[in-house]
Amino acid sequence: MIESLINNDRAELIQKAKKAAPVVLSTRIRLARNLAGPPFPERADVSQRRDVLTRCADQISALPQMDKGSFFDVAELSALEKQVLVERHLISRELCDGEEGAGVYINKGQTCSVMINEEDHLRIQFLKTGFNLKSVWKQIDAFDSELEKTIDVAFTPEFGYLTACPTNLGTGLRASVMMHLPGLVISGQMERVIRAVNQLGITVRGLFGEGSDATGHIFQISNQQTLGESEAEILERLGNVLKTIIDHELNARFKYLEEDKAKLLDQVGRAYGVLKNVHVISSNEAMNLLSLIRLAVDFGMLPEENRADVDRLVIECQPGHVQYAAQEGIEPEARDIARADKLREEFNSLPALAFDKLSELE
Amino acid sequence: MAENLKCSICNKEATVHLTQIVNNKIHKVDLCESCAQKKGVTDPEGFSLADLLSKTPLTPASVEEQKVCPSCGQNTADFRRTGRLGCSECYEVFKALVFPVLEEMHAGTAHKGKVPKIAMSRQSSKLRLKSLKDSLARSIAEEAYEDAAQFRDQIKAIEEAEELEVSPK
Repeated sequence: MIESLINNDRAELIQKAKKAAPVVLSTRIRLARNLAGPPFPERADVSQRRDVLTRCADQISALPQMDKGSFFDVAELSALEKQVLVERHLISRELCDGEEGAGVYINKGQTCSVMINEEDHLRIQFLKTGFNLKSVWKQIDAFDSELEKTIDVAFTPEFGYLTACPTNLGTGLRASVMMHLPGLVISGQMERVIRAVNQLGITVRGLFGEGSDATGHIFQISNQQTLGESEAEILERLGNVLKTIIDHELNARFKYLEEDKAKLLDQVGRAYGVLKNVHVISSNEAMNLLSLIRLAVDFGMLPEENRADVDRLVIECQPGHVQYAAQEGIEPEARDIARADKLREEFNSLPALAFDKLSELE
Repeated sequence: MAENLKCSICNKEATVHLTQIVNNKIHKVDLCESCAQKKGVTDPEGFSLADLLSKTPLTPASVEEQKVCPSCGQNTADFRRTGRLGCSECYEVFKALVFPVLEEMHAGTAHKGKVPKIAMSRQSSKLRLKSLKDSLARSIAEEAYEDAAQFRDQIKAIEEAEELEVSPK
């Protein structure tokens, strides 16, 4: 079912031509919305869920932003297809695990997805590569305003947008920025950073959200609070914290370079060597090595345009993607071989590491 | 990072790790995201580990007055158990229960963000329309035809205005 989506090489997160940014991989914003009246998905029975699904799917497909989008009924997706969509951050695990009557609308460029009957009736998400809180907000705000013309949203002036869980009440807005923070992890500062930002109402999670660990030195950083501040205030506060984190990350990298240049070169060189010659590799190991290659791009050791390749490989090396590409159900061992084949092939067409670039930075 | 500690409340994987000094003793607690949220760990001022260590999880439901949402059937015990609301009406029914939770977890308790103006005006005109139609039916039943004519004109005006809004460019 999802074939055209997966083979679309213009998809936002895996697009070759995309100009990716150092430190920040992507920006996502989601809005939680509910219809006034019908019970929230968890409380609703199947016929009520189906009713909401049809009503919303019709309205969403009529929106211009959804141009050439695809609708998927979760019940009709295979387990593997669901996993692939989760790995692309287009749907959540909660949507997959939910009861009958759940669906998702995904636009062609995979910058927008609307989950129906997840925890709330609607979970609208927009995403973009790089650090783009303002422009993503503009897009999702416009989409939401358009939707409101035809859908009666649950809203009160006092509490704002009403959500199934009070944690999302008010704006229903969660902005989540994916960050690559090898400097902070290697220098042992990450735990301190997490604790500090937690105090500011900001959450740090691994690549795949709740409960996932931070392989590949990739973290999702998002606002925790949704009520009592306007959207602009939430985004500004989060943006300021993220800018500080970027500064700390860059400092940590340069400090590492200054104090332990040989070790840094060695780690990057080894990662490159392994990826060029590997024959069996787990997704965890692949992620951690790719992280060092992304760092190499940031340091100028590889051309700038290869950063998007690394970001694409981070997604394509996930278990679901490897299995999907193999076009058959393959065992984990065979997956590790298929993953290695792909990495070897791609890395053999990359230029050699320009180690001398590092001396220029000093 | 990847220590795989378990949440000390529900045993899920812990993602929030806290250390605080309470009465000169170092206390460490590991929580999963949802328990951390429930405990208000993310609130910079309101949170104290001492509270968390001493408090029983939630007020026992048995001594509490049980309210039921007329729209979706959720009751007070459901809210205590799941921490979630059942439908948009629930916020009115369980307001007194939700409020302290909001104080604990958010930057404020009043919405300061976007207002869906179009949806709101449509909803209020729907409500107005409903009450006008009720009045119309009543005045017809009471044979108050002058009043009925007035109500009918008002209904017509609202419906026409709506049609203008809905019919697209």
